[in-house]
Amino acid sequence: MERTIQFTLNGQPARVTVDDGRMLLWVLRQDLGLTGTKFGCGEGLCGACTVMVGKEAVRSCSTPVKDVAGKQVLTIEGLEREGKLHPIQQAFLKHHAFQCGYCTPGMILSAYALLLKTPRPAPAEILRHMDDNLCRCGAHVRIVEAIQEAAGVLKGGV
Amino acid sequence: MRPHDLSRRELLALATPGLFVFFPLEPLEAFQEPARLPGRQAGPTDFNAWLRIGENGRVTCFAGKVELGQGPTTALAQLLAEELDVAYDAVDMVLGDTDLCPYDMGTFGSMGIRLTGPLIRAAAAEARAVLVQMAAERLAAPAGRLQVKAGVVTDPSSAGKRVTYAELVQGKRIERHIEKVPLKPPAAFTVVGRPAVRKDARDKVTGKGKYAGDFAFPGMLHARILRPPAHGAALQEVDTTAAEKAGARVVRDGGLLAILHERRDLADRALGLVKARFTPPPPGPDDKTIFDHLLKTAPEPRLVGESGSLTEGAKLAHEVVEQTYLNSYVAHAPMETHSATAVIENGKATVWASTQAPFGVKQQVAQALGFTPPNVRIVAPYVGGGFGGKSGGQQAVEAARLAAATGQPVQVVWDRTEEFFFDTFRPAAVVKIRAGLTSAGRIAFWDYQVYGAGDREAHTFYDIPHRRTVSAGNWMGGNPPGMHPFGVGPWRAPSVNTNTFARESQMDILAAKAGVDPLEFRLAHLSDRRMRRVLEAAAKQFGWVPGKPAGKPPSGRGVGVACGIYSGTYVATMAEVVVPSTGRVQVKRVVTAQDQGLTVNPDGSRQQMEGSITMGLGQALGEEVRFRNGEVLDRNFDSYQVPRFSWVPRIETILIDNPDTPATGCGEPPIITVAAVIANAIYDAANIRLLQLPMTPARILEARKRG
Ligand code: FES
Ligand code: FES
Repeated sequence: MERTIQFTLNGQPARVTVDDGRMLLWVLRQDLGLTGTKFGCGEGLCGACTVMVGKEAVRSCSTPVKDVAGKQVLTIEGLEREGKLHPIQQAFLKHHAFQCGYCTPGMILSAYALLLKTPRPAPAEILRHMDDNLCRCGAHVRIVEAIQEAAGVLKGGV
Repeated sequence: MRPHDLSRRELLALATPGLFVFFPLEPLEAFQEPARLPGRQAGPTDFNAWLRIGENGRVTCFAGKVELGQGPTTALAQLLAEELDVAYDAVDMVLGDTDLCPYDMGTFGSMGIRLTGPLIRAAAAEARAVLVQMAAERLAAPAGRLQVKAGVVTDPSSAGKRVTYAELVQGKRIERHIEKVPLKPPAAFTVVGRPAVRKDARDKVTGKGKYAGDFAFPGMLHARILRPPAHGAALQEVDTTAAEKAGARVVRDGGLLAILHERRDLADRALGLVKARFTPPPPGPDDKTIFDHLLKTAPEPRLVGESGSLTEGAKLAHEVVEQTYLNSYVAHAPMETHSATAVIENGKATVWASTQAPFGVKQQVAQALGFTPPNVRIVAPYVGGGFGGKSGGQQAVEAARLAAATGQPVQVVWDRTEEFFFDTFRPAAVVKIRAGLTSAGRIAFWDYQVYGAGDREAHTFYDIPHRRTVSAGNWMGGNPPGMHPFGVGPWRAPSVNTNTFARESQMDILAAKAGVDPLEFRLAHLSDRRMRRVLEAAAKQFGWVPGKPAGKPPSGRGVGVACGIYSGTYVATMAEVVVPSTGRVQVKRVVTAQDQGLTVNPDGSRQQMEGSITMGLGQALGEEVRFRNGEVLDRNFDSYQVPRFSWVPRIETILIDNPDTPATGCGEPPIITVAAVIANAIYDAANIRLLQLPMTPARILEARKRG
């Protein structure tokens, strides 16, 4: 059903008039022009499209836009503040925790959700939390290192 | 008039709504990546083609390579900065743009640094020599006395005498040339061989970096293409009425039937409304019968290498081991599916495409559109992984054709099912090895036959007096029709994965038969100094000690060793695994030592090695494309098992210091040993020998039952 949906996107009010059954991924990428969130599988199986809705990381390819009405949505574009990288981004940069970079926005947002709930995750918790985010380039080792480093810098204050 | 007499324009005119009978004009294989690419052209000799010095002192480097993640943006910038004597941070890279960059065959085969590196170094060294000569004239000082640092030329014997590259060039082309300028000796390097922050880092952690599907233009349409359910199925009848009612446009262009919409997800929905009937595909092999099929359909084996005589060798043998090794088709499965955005304006087509070979795609697109090549520009922006699977650009051709047909910009982004369906898989293969041991535990002969995978590194490097290697069929194409029921192509370290798994498994079996520690057994058959060195380096780091009693395998500890060569790079790997009762093998630790000649960017190399090892876990333990009668059954990541965080072991990488040997590439080699080292470690842990990849829990349990 076509209707107007309002939510907060990266701290700013957002408003779209669309078929409300459309998936958030495509509304973000096409209607709102935020292409940092990636399409990888379309079925909730790879994590490339991960964004934050409220305090949870969700797969935007499988989240109808109507589900975010009135909520806070955070995408990779919303992490940088006044030209300063978020500590998780900084840690990914420092550790070169990416190769092709296609999985990276989803990885960073998943890590964000983890550190929000578990400020000092044990390595096993990182692996468990990140296990459904796929990286074909094999940047896993460095992604784990980056998350550990970001946890140390953030000390709970995501 | 028969349908294939219609011109494209006439066919387009036929695209009226409703039901119609469809005659595909192109074989379905036309959707596939080409197995072979256009031949090589030499790089330009004028250094201006490679670099430009701006008025602001920034240096732009142009190279036809593509940034797939392996970091050529960074390593090539380091090489340029080194030879030109400018700051690494002052270098901007322009890659993969056919209008701006010199011709390049493509980014594959770990050739980025090996082949393009020397061209850029030579160009930068010549440019530096010319600039120093110009500075000498300007400063009225002998060139030999001048020094250059960070793009500033100074005369150390006369304070204040200085001129910058930017002042010398003033944004112009440099018209002077000097022949045969020597390169810097490695000992003088200050940038090369040291870590550098990746040039693409900020773009990638902020989500600002653009991939081919991230481009958008006013009026752009998203296309979904009607695909057959199986290879070999032909479209008979199609009804697009419902899709059109839902607001989509339908375009038919030759064998292409596309559903277009301003929104990608609504194009998906409309495609779902298309009713199509296909002829059933002809019966063909499945993932279980494929190995017999390969043996039956393979061409006559070709001799790859031979020394001594197998008959003589057989006389020396006291014991003979004969084994058959199998591996399945595996997919490239890059996280970014094949994507392209095409715009045609004033008779010129520009296509942003996820491809490893923009210059090859330029030819493909020009041909498809009937444009002259200068009227086609291909830009490969950041590409979300390739691994050999993006060696062509069929999606770019599709986008360009649809842009021509609609007169609007068109984007094509394959969905995950298309990616699995039209991938050019790593070929399934059969390797048969017969080898004999003397009573003294030496290998007497080695008879090696590979079917389906290709002959790279098939001929063993071990010291064996009597050996013979033959190969039938290839990943490169040229196979008898129907041998591989799908497109096959290069997959990270093509054919060497298959050959290394077989050879190194067989070596382990022979070591066990001889009752010798597998490392010792290998060293006893190796005089190649570089191979010995990587094995010894890996053993030292790993803390390899022969098992008890007296090194007789299996030791029960779950440790393994394997080694190999890929395109001149030497690799030795050791691993430790646990084989639980579920059969789900957990790799605990991997140590890889690599000799790749000159290392341009040590951290970048380690990163590539880690990635390659991690990717190798997939084909070793989980990846396998299942199929039946041309239908690909694994279509997404629920059933196709790529490596995940929980699979990844502790990885330790060792780079052998060997700067005087030219760089040989680092991204592919470490993957070649992974399957074998795991198979050998599984044997050491559980006394079971896995001969087929991937070593899934089901196959482990089956092997256990067999005992
Ligand atoms: S695209 Fe959403 S999980 Fe893969
Ligand atoms: S960096 Fe390429 S998929 Fe993760």
